[in-house]
Amino acid sequence: MQQRTPIEEQIDLPFIESLRISFQSLKIRFGRSIITTAGITLGIAFLVSVWTNNEIGVALQESGRQSTINTFEETTEQGISTKDIWLIVMSLIVCVVGIANSMLMAVTERFREIGTMKCLGALDGFVVRLFLLESGFQGFSGALIGALIGTLGAVLLGLKDYGLDLFFYFPLLPAQPENGPMQLGVIIVILLGCILGMILAVIGSSFPAWRAAKLPPAEAMRTEV
Amino acid sequence: MNDIVVKTEDVVKEYRMGSNILRALDGINIEIQRGEYISLMGPSGSGKSTLFNMIGALDRPTEGQVYIDGQNMSQLSQRQIAAFRCHRVGYIFQSYNLLHVRSAHGNVTLPMIFAGISEKERNQKAEKLLDMVGLGDRMYHLPDELSGGQRQRVAIARALANDPSIVLADEPTANLDTITGREIIDLIKRLNTEQGVTVISATHDLKMLDVSDRIVDIRDGLVERIRNRDEIEIEVGEVGGEGE
Ligand SMILES: Nc1ncnc2c1ncn2[C@@H]1O[C@H](COP(=O)(O)OP(=O)(O)OP(=O)(O)O)[C@@H](O)[C@H]1O
Ligand SMILES: [Mg+2]
Repeated sequence: MQQRTPIEEQIDLPFIESLRISFQSLKIRFGRSIITTAGITLGIAFLVSVWTNNEIGVALQESGRQSTINTFEETTEQGISTKDIWLIVMSLIVCVVGIANSMLMAVTERFREIGTMKCLGALDGFVVRLFLLESGFQGFSGALIGALIGTLGAVLLGLKDYGLDLFFYFPLLPAQPENGPMQLGVIIVILLGCILGMILAVIGSSFPAWRAAKLPPAEAMRTEV
Repeated sequence: MNDIVVKTEDVVKEYRMGSNILRALDGINIEIQRGEYISLMGPSGSGKSTLFNMIGALDRPTEGQVYIDGQNMSQLSQRQIAAFRCHRVGYIFQSYNLLHVRSAHGNVTLPMIFAGISEKERNQKAEKLLDMVGLGDRMYHLPDELSGGQRQRVAIARALANDPSIVLADEPTANLDTITGREIIDLIKRLNTEQGVTVISATHDLKMLDVSDRIVDIRDGLVERIRNRDEIEIEVGEVGGEGE
């Protein structure tokens, strides 16, 4: 019964097995997954609300309406104030840092699990794929919810500022006004928010997972969290 | 019989911490026969776990070679090392190292998934193994819902999933009470005698002495002495007298 044959090469797992393992992991760790996902949701909600708010502002200025409140602001000819640009950049940074941080934490507390899976015969690539799948799913769903929340927030703010006019001039689709900047439209903003959230989550998770997978299992399993 | 499963040649392991270098293993030479039950004993910090990691390909030695089944481990590719861990060795740890997102059954099937075994076959095997370790009625419990002794049984069942020729156990009883520890030792010993699995176990536990074929005493990263079973009987009283 003892094997004396030379040591063979480890096989790759079928994709469906990886998918099953990653979904089960998300399901059982549901509470923790939700918290990580909420980190993504918050980041994207913030970014999308600032961005959409800006789109709304520009669209309504194009249409000649002025905010009942913000009229005194130093708006440039194009309709985007430096303050708005600054806000968007800041929210982008907050979003990137927030998501990277929550993914990093979620991976770090699983180093031991990574080491253990390698003891049982997991290839480095399998470990990375597992985290890719989990974070891709979390990233997409978290970002989608975040983008919707963010849009809703911006719409409420817009209602407060512009009243029901908002809906007549709502910048849903991309537009290119004659004398203004290109407008992306809210749909594209939502889409970009989802893609960004997903990419950030996947990078933020796979990169530390890859680093952990490259460690000798003994080292990965030593890390206590 | 001269069938050597594990052979280490001047194995040195150094850990670098800043400018300090700690020599955890200082040139270990041992040969382990197929089917043996070996206990690695020694005070805390003597290098037992480090040696365990070297033999199980869980870490690389700084110098020296480890041969398993005559195969030089340093010459294996990543894929071969993964296959080696998957098929040839079963690991049992002090802290169980179960995946807490998978049930007892799910933990036992995982190494078989990695080995590419069909779902039907691995379910049957997992049930058989869990039955054997006495957890037939707890198969679908998560590790968090099991006692320490039960978790270690799951770990043993998992270690056996792909019929390894070597079982490595690092202080498998350290977190368990005396009676549960005894049961775990008996279970491991049964594998050794009934299935001919080579067992290499690091331990402080004196209960391990009387099931061992040989005891390797490790001190400061060196093999201090190797005692055979017949020598052990005489010394049990003496060693036992040292207390814990
Ligand atoms: N990853 C590491 N980095 C730095 N030092 C390490 C590392 N692993 C082990 N050591 C050191 O190497 C020495 C041997 O450690 P090892 O864990 O092998 O001891 P041990 O005999 O298993 O002890 P115990 O009985 O407490 O488990 C110790 O001095 C320990 O501090
Ligand atoms: Mg140890």
